[in-house]
Amino acid sequence: MYQRSVELAVGVFMLLGMGALIFLALQVSGLTTDSQKESYRVYAQFDDLGGLSLRGRVSLAGVTVGKVSAISLDKKSYSALVEMEIYSDVDNLTADSVASIQTSGLLGDKYVAISVGADEEYLTDGDTIFDTQSALNLEKLIGAFASGQAKL
Amino acid sequence: MEFIRRTGRTSMEFAASLGRSGVFLLRAVFGLALSLNGLKLLVAQMYRIGVLSLIIIVVSGLFIGMVLGLQGYSILVDYGSEQAVGQMVALTLVRELGPVVTALLFAGRAGSALTAEIGLMKATEQLSSMEMMGVDPLRRVIAPRFWAGFISMPLLAVIFSAVGIFGGMLVSVDWLGVFEGAYWSNMQSSVEFEGDVVNGIVKSVVFGLVCTWIAIYQGYDLVPTSQGISIATTKTVVYSSLSVLGLDFLLTAVMFGSI
Amino acid sequence: MGPSGIGKTTLLKLIGNQLKASSGRVLIGGQDLSKLNRKELFEARAKMGMLFQSGALFSDLSVFENIAFPLRAHTALPNDMIRDIVLMKLHAVGLRGARDLMPSELSGGMTRRVALARAIALDPKLIMYDEPFAGQDPIAMGVLVQLIRLLNDALGLTSILVSHDIAEAMSIADHCIIIADGRVIGAGSPAELKSHESPLVKQFVNGLPDGPVPFHFPAGEYRNDLLGDTP
Repeated sequence: MYQRSVELAVGVFMLLGMGALIFLALQVSGLTTDSQKESYRVYAQFDDLGGLSLRGRVSLAGVTVGKVSAISLDKKSYSALVEMEIYSDVDNLTADSVASIQTSGLLGDKYVAISVGADEEYLTDGDTIFDTQSALNLEKLIGAFASGQAKL
Repeated sequence: MEFIRRTGRTSMEFAASLGRSGVFLLRAVFGLALSLNGLKLLVAQMYRIGVLSLIIIVVSGLFIGMVLGLQGYSILVDYGSEQAVGQMVALTLVRELGPVVTALLFAGRAGSALTAEIGLMKATEQLSSMEMMGVDPLRRVIAPRFWAGFISMPLLAVIFSAVGIFGGMLVSVDWLGVFEGAYWSNMQSSVEFEGDVVNGIVKSVVFGLVCTWIAIYQGYDLVPTSQGISIATTKTVVYSSLSVLGLDFLLTAVMFGSI
Repeated sequence: MGPSGIGKTTLLKLIGNQLKASSGRVLIGGQDLSKLNRKELFEARAKMGMLFQSGALFSDLSVFENIAFPLRAHTALPNDMIRDIVLMKLHAVGLRGARDLMPSELSGGMTRRVALARAIALDPKLIMYDEPFAGQDPIAMGVLVQLIRLLNDALGLTSILVSHDIAEAMSIADHCIIIADGRVIGAGSPAELKSHESPLVKQFVNGLPDGPVPFHFPAGEYRNDLLGDTP
């Protein structure tokens, strides 16, 4: 009888542990089957990332459509090469889309915003977005403004 | 001259004790009988090591989460970003406080009890008499305790983190009025499963190994007198705590150093 | 027999091969235990019983389970058979009624009797007793003395008893060996020992406070210690 209640308690303990793990996975880290879904890679080159980091958000009209999966330096052009994973169900990004690095709020995280163009061809795996806008560098802007060179 | 001699002797003793405990660990790891009987012993020890530590873990987790929520809110509200309190609570708990505080509490609650129990069995010749009966005490006494501690620690750490996040929510959402959706969504966007949750669990697995190892070795290797038991129990808590904090820095540097 | 700290318990541990002899050999039934591997050693030990000074009952098991422990470890007997054997052994030491008690609820004498029952659970050929009489009241001591002799004769055992309670040990022993200073100083039947002429044996057998084993711990001259300059 004693042994049975001990077994029961240990079983409940292990279930609690599993439950906590599932809670951490789903509710806390937002791990869903969605985030593991199929994606395709698109590249873009930027002159200045301005603090964009790995796993940063890629959004279209404010909706997350992918994430930054790799950042490297392109040695030939001295610019930053960003690899993005775009969810497969967003398969109609036009070939002339524009990628720009923006800031959520005044001081928030950097993310890549994509705005689509009017081309009839769509981006597929391995394609590159040529039209890019670098991060808005607040310090440079203020510096330029202070020295009266800014074109307002 | 005397100093050099003493240093040499101390380091030799240290090396010998490390070697002894290493061999001891290996025998404890592979000593668990994979039979119904062995499983029963394991379950009994899981009860004493894991289940009985549950209350202190849950209560501490709840309070630490609540304190984090309160502190985080009071700092973040100055920058108008009190929505990020969920993110702060969760990252702190999952990456650091969950594994570390659990390991420290574990060393105090279960580790010291393990050392004292094994030490008492040694002092009252129970281990010797088991050997004389042709039963290997490493298999019968040590191995189930080692595995129980090793398995319990990650479970306890995960429960600690989950309860802490819940406690943080109690304070920041229900009391201080942070929007609940923001609490969770900020958390979800910043906590990575592989990067944060899994690394936290890896930490607690390492801590589980080290704390249990220290506890059972101190118990098995102590001088079998009442004074020896009290010294070994103290040693268990001190060594475990220091190892956990030192290893935590090392693991954090390896896991999160590049970010 | 021998004075405290002379290595009597160590000798028993050598016999059970819990300690390895740094020189010399221990043969039991013609078998050198130190030459065996771990598994064979544990099998050989199943044929020995040992009664430890403190009893060494497993504190987390009941009296019944304590005695069942060696049976479960070494035999594959069904549970009801184990139960019968345990009750028989308990009955032999007169504690059948105490089967459900925990070791912490037993008195010192009862603890040793349970330990004795556990030591004979596997019907060993050899039983070693380590100071079975130390710290016992006269009644418990009398019971133990009688039990040890009775079991020895009834089960046809070889018993090795380590003690420094001369009267009790001599009353049941067939052959006594007195060790001191790391060697055997006297051996023979109890009667022979009583008429032994060696001063050391005489001092031990008669329990004299002073003799070849000095009353005083080695120290400097008494007079100098008291009257000399204190450093």
